[in-house]
Parts: sequence; structure tokens; C-alpha cells
Amino acid sequence: MTVSAVSVEPKTSSDPHLAPELCIKLHDTMLKTRVLEERLITMYKQGDGYFWIGGPGEEAFNVPLGMLVHKGQGVEHDYLHLHYRSSGTLLAMGADPVDSLRQMKNTATDPYSGGRNFAGHYSARKWNVVPISSPIEVQFSMASGTAMAQKRHGGKGITIVQGGDAGTAEGDFATCLVWSSRKGNEVPVLMIVTNNRWGISTSYDGQHGEKYIADRGKAFGIATAVVDGNDPEVAYHALKKAMDYVRTERRPFLLEASVSRLYGHSSASGANFNKVETDCLARFEAKLEERGVLTRKAMDDLRAKYTQELLEATKRVREEPQPDGKTIYDFVFADRNIVGKDH
Amino acid sequence: MATLVQAIRMGLHVGEERLGVTDIFGEDVGPPLGGVFTATQGLKTAWNSPLDERGVIGTAMGLALAGQKPVCEIQFSDYIYNTIDLLKLAGSMYWSSNGDWNLPMVCMTPVGAGIRGSIYHSHSFDATATHIPGWKIVMPSNPLDAYGLLLSAIADPNPVFYLAPKALLRVKAGPGELLPGEPADEKALSKMIDAPVGDRTTWKPEWPNLETLFVPIGKAKTVRPGKHVTVVSYGRTLPLSVKAADELMAEGIDAEVIDLRSLHPYDWEAIAESVKRTNRVVFVNEETEITNFGEHLIRRTVDELFYHLHAPPKLVAGAFVPGIGLADNLERASVPQKNDIAEAIRATALHTP
Repeated sequence: MTVSAVSVEPKTSSDPHLAPELCIKLHDTMLKTRVLEERLITMYKQGDGYFWIGGPGEEAFNVPLGMLVHKGQGVEHDYLHLHYRSSGTLLAMGADPVDSLRQMKNTATDPYSGGRNFAGHYSARKWNVVPISSPIEVQFSMASGTAMAQKRHGGKGITIVQGGDAGTAEGDFATCLVWSSRKGNEVPVLMIVTNNRWGISTSYDGQHGEKYIADRGKAFGIATAVVDGNDPEVAYHALKKAMDYVRTERRPFLLEASVSRLYGHSSASGANFNKVETDCLARFEAKLEERGVLTRKAMDDLRAKYTQELLEATKRVREEPQPDGKTIYDFVFADRNIVGKDH
Repeated sequence: MATLVQAIRMGLHVGEERLGVTDIFGEDVGPPLGGVFTATQGLKTAWNSPLDERGVIGTAMGLALAGQKPVCEIQFSDYIYNTIDLLKLAGSMYWSSNGDWNLPMVCMTPVGAGIRGSIYHSHSFDATATHIPGWKIVMPSNPLDAYGLLLSAIADPNPVFYLAPKALLRVKAGPGELLPGEPADEKALSKMIDAPVGDRTTWKPEWPNLETLFVPIGKAKTVRPGKHVTVVSYGRTLPLSVKAADELMAEGIDAEVIDLRSLHPYDWEAIAESVKRTNRVVFVNEETEITNFGEHLIRRTVDELFYHLHAPPKLVAGAFVPGIGLADNLERASVPQKNDIAEAIRATALHTP
């Protein structure tokens, strides 16, 4: 990958391998994320939730993203404006997968929304994870604001905003291009488009005239790259370079990553496994086995272990309390400023 | 003696100096213009945004999330409609995250008719604003409240709409409405804080030494005590209601006029206390009449005060038409005028079952 205003063709094989320890860590979180998503789908199908949406097929990109985030609270740290396929990023940052089950089961103990929002709609102020919303792309309109605060503050904190390919048709994407690249007022924002070539049932070609979405950044002088998001090592390198650029140059970067959508858009489209699309986890496991980093048995055992753990956790979560109807008026208005300073 | 728009400007200045305002921005808000109504002239944190309302609201949200204190402006409320989903998102930030993130931002926008603004510079926004939970909403009708409500809006940890009635922006303060610390001489004040015509590249305002004043959000003000009928209004129609009430004294009708000032939360106690005394009520605003905020107030009046009423509660509101026509006769026919209000007060006061 090169950092330039010229986009780069996707490539998969020429990047150097990551160290075995890092590969094992990547694999572990990718697998845990996949097992979590499958558990959430099962919960939905068994009546333990009303709706599922998530990111199976994006683990190879989203897990490295979470690993590379400068995690924490406030402008010194990275702000994350994610979307509803970001479980891999949250788990890589250290989120407890059981909390995702709680949100699926809409329990009062759900730390992300207290049973108010769908699965995969994370919010974590302690890690600068801005509440994820169902309307697509709105996060791109907010991103320049957090990035502006970070540029003003100085330091190394950056803003990361992520959405899908179909969402880039919304005006919010153009908003982010315009507001992040104003001359002399450029802001440190990494725009990520995870391109699974679908918007529910709308195909990429049904919406896009451009070959690469990342090319839209070029007109604004924004550095861009297009990478294979199904390869965690490629994704890791690409993200590292892009984040280093944004962190150092305090300017925007637009990164497009091709990914898969392995269980369809959401439970509304059945949430069944798609055998045609590339499975990044299977592909990575084959590589790790071939390189002798992990054995097939070790990976199978790990999958069985995580599957069992989350099955057990589901049983516990089922017994946790649902929110009381009387609480609907809680948190309509804040009585103090928790994100900033009171005066 | 400040005009309403000068009071806004001075409120923003105090916000910058004492209440932590970091950004005052929007279309043509920064120098050299300082706002199409001059509300943001000479302010140190004012800057021009791209002409993108969604970007204005979204960036204000991002700034607020990152611990800044933004005051953004939508140049006319007519242009806020393409941001509605972001406004919904802002209103739901604290609630949907179950108290994880609050959102301290102010969105100012001039509203309403009265300046011959034609179809797209005359919209009201209070019916839509009061339909977006999670926002507080204030709307001053005089310079002192404009100042005090703005400071309260800035200090509030929640998103606050600050609706400025554009027909009143040049209205001067009445007796006893001097901002604390401003010079009483309007010419002296103008010389200090109004940008000069022509080249203003080296101009700097000389701010008066203003005292901080908070008009609490959610607190109405009885601007004219009366015995026979209660009139509840806000914004442009408030001074018209007072004039109508003054004139009706000649007919022996003594109307009480309440300036609601905050639309959410609103001061129900003040309304209920007054209606229980007068037993009659007229709600006045200039929004289109269908699903009008005044209709909500009537519903609540009927629900809670029915047996106190001696006449049907009445709403005086704008015509339910797609726009405000430009010609004098069209605008006058579209939004309440003094005589429309007087007629409604008279009919309600004299009504016998």
C-alpha cells in the first residue's frame, strides 16, 4: 500500500507476514468474534432476541482495527464512529462478548443501551466509542467534529469513522470529505469504507458508477488506499500505515477495504451462511495451518471452547433482569456534563 | 439599550468568556459578515462553515462529544429540515446510550414570518422542534430574555434549540429590560459592538462589562397580569398579544399575557395557575395550525383543567398552507396579526355557555 492521493489496486500476497504471536492473537479474536456472531444469530432464531445485525465476514479487517486503536477516553485517544458490523473491533479492544449477548437479549444489564437498542449497537464512552445508530452514514457527519477537537488539542489522538459501501451514497459521506479537507483546516480523520458490495439487496453495480469509492477522496486531495479486507495481515499493515499517516500528518485518509457479508444483511434476510463469499476466517486458518503457526486441532478446540462458553453465558443472560417499563423516562435529559466541563 | 440581536451577540460573547463556548459556527457566521442578521459579529470563536446544514449539525455533535461547547447556527429554520435525522440522533444520544454520553450543544436558528421573507425565509420551527424528544427549546421575545435564555442554553448539558424570532431581532429593549452591565445609550452600545459598514478587517468590538444572567429554561413569565382571560404566547406573537390585550382594556376586557419562553420543558404550572383564576385561555403562535404545539397545550388544558373552564380553549395560529406568500396581503393572511389575536381574546372573554 502506498500513502498517496492515488488509489492502489487490491493486493493480497505481497505484504510480509506478521509475527506468529500476533497472528495467533488476530486469529483468536477473529474466531471469538465469529463464534459470538453465530451465537447471536442462534439467539435470534431461538427467540432470545428480536433482531440480529452484525459483521461476520468483516473480522479480518475489524479485528486489526480494534487492536491498533489508541484506546481510552477523551481527545488524547482515538474516537470511534462505528457502525452495526463492528463486533470484531469492540472485542479486539477488550469488550466482553457476554455484553453483546446482553444487548441481544435486551437485558437491563446491557452496558451499551440498557436493553434499548439492537444487537451490535455499541456505545462505550470509556473508549470513545460513540453510540452506534441504525441510520446509516450519519456517523460521517459527526466525525469531523471530534477530529476538529483533537486537532485543536494537539497530541496524537485521531478520529476513525467507518461505514459500508452503500452508505456512501448518503450526503454524510460527502460532508466528511468536504469538512475534513478544507485548506488549512484539515482534520485527523481516518474514513473507512468496508465494501461488501451490498446494501441490503442493492448490488454495488446498482448504485455505484465509480470503480473504487476511495477514488472520491482524490478530488479533495485526501490520501486514499484500497485493500483486501479479507486478509487480516494486509488489513493490519494498511490500517497501521493509514493510522500513522493521520496521527502524524493530522490530515484525513480514506481507506476502502473489500470484505464479505457472510450471513446476509441482517436477520431480516434470514441470517443464513453464504457459501459463495470469501470466508476470511477459513482462509486465515488455512494459512496458519500451512505455516505451522496453529494446528487444525488447536483451532477446532478453540472454536469448541468459545462456542461452549457463549452457550453457557446465554443461559445465564436469559436469567438476568429485563428493564422495567417505568425506566423509559430515565436519561432523557442529563443534569450534568459528563463529556466535558461544567461551568 | 440592546436590540434582541445585539443581546444574542453579547450572550455569545459572555458564553465564550465565561461559559466555555469553543465554537460559534454556521453559514456566514464568522468574519467578515458575522451572520446574516449580525448576531455573531466580532466574536472570537466564530467561524464560517461550508454551506452544508448536515455538516453544521453533525460537526456540532462531534465537537460536543469531544468535550467542546459548540453553538451552531442554521441560517434560517427553513433550511434545517434536511438535518432532521441528525437532530433526532442528537436528541437520543443520552437516552439511547442509557446515560453513557450527554450532548452539550446549542443550535440557534431564526424563525417565523414578519420580515416579508417569502416562502423560504418565513417558516416556523416550534411544531417540529417540540416533536423531537431529548432537546430543550427556548424562544425569547425581548432582548433581556434573549440574553438570559442564551446563557442558560449554553450552560445546559443537553442539546438546546434557541429559536430567534426574526421579526423581533431589531426590537429594542423595553423599560426595565436593560442587560446587566450594558450602556443605556443605544448609540454608545452600537459604537462599541456593531461592526462598521465597509472594511472591517482591523475592527474589534469593545464589549461592555456584562454580568452573567441566567433565565431558567422551563420558566414562563407573566408579562401582563389580568383577570378575565389568559393568553399564552411566545416569540413574534407575544408582543402582539400584549398590544391586543392593552387595547381591549378600552372594552373592559382585562387579559393576562404569559410569555412561555421555553417550549420544552414548558411551564405548565404557570399556565394552570393562571387559567384556574381566569377560567378562559387563548394560545397564540404563528406555526401552521395542524399538529401545532398550541394544540398540545389545549389538550392538556382540557385533560387537567376542564372543570375550571368557562369557555372553549382557543388557538390562534398560522394557516395550514405550504408557505408564506411574499405580498403583504398574503403574509398577513397567513400568520396571526394583532387584530386576529384581539378577536380571539374578545370572543373567549365574552363567551357564555
